[in-house]
Amino acid sequence: MYCHNPDTIDTHGGQEYEIEELVQRAIKMKSYFGDKGGVTVSGGEPMLQAKNLITFFKRLKEEGIHTNIDTNGRVLNHPVMELLDDYTDLVMLDIKHVTEEGYQYITGEKNKETAFNFAKHRETSGKKMWLRYVLIPEITNKPELLHALGDYFKTYKTIEKIELQPYHKLGIHKWEALGWKYELEHARENTDEELQNAAAILSNYFKKVKIN
Amino acid sequence: METLDIKQGLDKSAVSVKEFVYKNITPYYGTDAFLVGPSQKTQKLWEVCKIATKEERENNGVKSVDTETVSGIAEFKAGYIDKENEVIVGLQTDELLKRAMKPFGGYKVVQKALKEHGLVPSEQVNTLFSKYVKTHNDGVFDAYNAEIKKFRSLGFLTGLPDNYARGRVIGDYRRVALFGIDKLIQDKKTDLENITGPMCDATIRLREEVASQIKALKDMIVMGNHYDLDLSRPAENAREAVQWTYMAYLAAVKEQDGAAMSLGNVSTFLDIYIEEDLNNGVITEVEAQEYIDQFVMKLRMVRHLRMAAYDEIFAGDPTWVTEAIGGMLNDGRTKVTKTAFRFLHTLYNLGPSPEPNITVLWSPLLPENFRKYCAKVSIDTSSIQFENDDLMRTSRGSDDYGIACCVSYQEIGKQIQFFGARTNLAKTLLLAINGGKCEITGTQMVNGIEPCDCEYLDFDKVMANFKIAMKQVAGVYNDAMNIIHYMHDKYYYEKAQMALIDTNPHINIAYGIAGLSIVADSLSAIKYAKVKPIRNEEGLTVEFKIEGDFPKFGNDDDRVDVLAHNAVQDFNNELKKLPVYKNAEPTMSVLTITSNVVYGKKTGATPDGRDKGIPFAPGANPMHGRDTNGAIASLNSVAKIDYKDSQDGISNTFSIVPKSLGANKEDQIDNLVATLTGYFQHGAQHLNVNVLDKETLIDAMEHPENHPQLTIRVSGYAVNFIRLTREQQLEVITRSFHESM
Repeated sequence: MYCHNPDTIDTHGGQEYEIEELVQRAIKMKSYFGDKGGVTVSGGEPMLQAKNLITFFKRLKEEGIHTNIDTNGRVLNHPVMELLDDYTDLVMLDIKHVTEEGYQYITGEKNKETAFNFAKHRETSGKKMWLRYVLIPEITNKPELLHALGDYFKTYKTIEKIELQPYHKLGIHKWEALGWKYELEHARENTDEELQNAAAILSNYFKKVKIN
Repeated sequence: METLDIKQGLDKSAVSVKEFVYKNITPYYGTDAFLVGPSQKTQKLWEVCKIATKEERENNGVKSVDTETVSGIAEFKAGYIDKENEVIVGLQTDELLKRAMKPFGGYKVVQKALKEHGLVPSEQVNTLFSKYVKTHNDGVFDAYNAEIKKFRSLGFLTGLPDNYARGRVIGDYRRVALFGIDKLIQDKKTDLENITGPMCDATIRLREEVASQIKALKDMIVMGNHYDLDLSRPAENAREAVQWTYMAYLAAVKEQDGAAMSLGNVSTFLDIYIEEDLNNGVITEVEAQEYIDQFVMKLRMVRHLRMAAYDEIFAGDPTWVTEAIGGMLNDGRTKVTKTAFRFLHTLYNLGPSPEPNITVLWSPLLPENFRKYCAKVSIDTSSIQFENDDLMRTSRGSDDYGIACCVSYQEIGKQIQFFGARTNLAKTLLLAINGGKCEITGTQMVNGIEPCDCEYLDFDKVMANFKIAMKQVAGVYNDAMNIIHYMHDKYYYEKAQMALIDTNPHINIAYGIAGLSIVADSLSAIKYAKVKPIRNEEGLTVEFKIEGDFPKFGNDDDRVDVLAHNAVQDFNNELKKLPVYKNAEPTMSVLTITSNVVYGKKTGATPDGRDKGIPFAPGANPMHGRDTNGAIASLNSVAKIDYKDSQDGISNTFSIVPKSLGANKEDQIDNLVATLTGYFQHGAQHLNVNVLDKETLIDAMEHPENHPQLTIRVSGYAVNFIRLTREQQLEVITRSFHESM
């Protein structure tokens, strides 16, 4: 509902690339990656192309390139598990909400459980993960929700940090251009104090909290 | 105070500045946590400067001019900003921001500049320079032939230093602090004695030059006396080291008004004195930073008298006080010291600023904390540029070098260069398509090119003709350069700077080209698409119709990038064949300053689809909006131009919006560090970095009063954005602001 890249949601849109072409582009960029950089796939929802991503990431690993997936975790099937377990160095998992109702309000779908199972699967594999959480006043930025979020994940060892994304209205024009209704139009942006409070709550549960 | 008593730990036995640095340097690996804010004195001074610069802006860009005095090293009495708060003293004239006449480059230029501000030179000066004194400009035009004048007036050669000072020479200003002037005079006298017969042209000239250097050194002592400073002896503490070094530089900018008057690489040197005083408990960090802040403040206040037309090629009243910071020593130690941090920190203590033109010599071997701090400063201020230390140090040899102007390596105290502006390579390419005629006037410029009447341009034919054109243009360019530098030596010799450089130094001649990305894209269009020239009744091209798509420079596509690489190589090879005055070594740059706008104006439509009059991209940049594959692909294309073919430098100006560099400051810093490291690993030489939103610039155009210090890197230097003309501001805004890596 608040995705800032709505133009990437349509599964029939986009431009097609040969996997090897993308690998070659990544190789040319390799010297710019530094210690922390690499290839990040995002979306839309990249897990819808998990099989292709296996081929892609396999090649990237052969070239010694760090692989990273930015996902909302709503797909968890065998190819996704193989991709995660064998070829993905880092997962950035977007947690939309901690309640089923909240999830449905934001995404229009019942997939809270899948997303949380996704996190559990990653935890079991023992490989690195970051959580991402969009702060929307009254909708996701409420003390009780933040405590619930922290409480749920506090025992997870693979979570290196949680990144907080303050809700902003910059994406609105993109939605309108695509003829979609931007349903959160009346949501307001966080005050600095609200952001700091949220970060303070979550720092009780996570090793590192970062406001983007 | 006895020198030896306070300098116990300091080894002053060195016979050269370089050796002194090697023996005494304290590399610093820590963070920026030790830095302190500006002292009260500094803050008070800076307030005075800010008011003065505001007055200057409101008064059509010039606060005041002295119309009586011909500027020289010791001509003006002492001038102060606010004497009681000045720890480092010295102004070019007797008043802050008052400009001085330096008519030896060209008297007409001085007259014109004064006239534009409703002033005239005093009668005495006027009589002298209209009747009796010959200037550099007079000499050049006595010797220019018709052909050179034609190439110059039609815009094939532009910005030549034939009516203003050539600049680019960097004195080793540290020598005054380390040795004191008495010793320097002694050494030059010995040199003079050793320049013996037979008295041929070169020997006589050198004897005259060294004799005038000795006079300049004596004048420097007099200049110091105006400020109650005894420059005849070495500096004895940190404050004096900064003060002496500044005085040496001040002598240069009192005498000369070259476009670029670089400072060199003084930070590591000065750090030795500062460390010594800190260790001895003589000063604290507050004084250490105060010296550097006030030194930098003085450098920010350097001004030259320019006429309005000058602004077309060098916009925003720049002075190029380029200071190279960082880099590595050949023995593997880093040149980064605490004073490297202190210099960068002035951009916080005094706010962002285009001057001094702080240039970080980048290596992946630099201390990590320093690399991160540089990235932070760059993101916060868009005021600094980066150059590849590993590339320059290993291929050019010395680890004691500065940057002349924007991108040009210059070993300090051992080498100089002859500045040569640039050739319009896009216009040269049009000669190849127009039978050797200027595409705008129809004037025959070069011979031996058959008129082309085919419907579509043929790549092989155009290439062959382009090479014929390049060869002849290079010849005229070389002729012009030889005349210019002969005359500059004769009528406007840099005696103060040369007094601080070894006698008979190595000389590089600095040729240049503009319009590279247009040439590459044009050749690519001809090769990979079909290009149909539309000609007027005279047969001159007025437009090009392109059928089909073609690869464009700036997308990491070898098919076109190789065309850019080869154009640079070919033109450089032509230049290298030609004899140069004083046996200077030919080098070439891909750099435009802000002249990319005026070059565009003077160039007809080009086969890449660019319309007549549209600005070129600056330096080696891809054309605006054509590098569509992200920032890295754009950088990779520029990195393919071989530094071996362009040893005077390859300028790339890179603008990125903060968000695409990273979601938060920490990520932005890491990503900029990685970007610089990656780019330079590809063998690239220079990167100007702007981290800015276009909206900020647009707001600054509408509300300049809200952005008095907004600084933006343009091409090898930075400008105060609000001092650009509207046309230049718009050109900057149309450049590619990368929104993805």
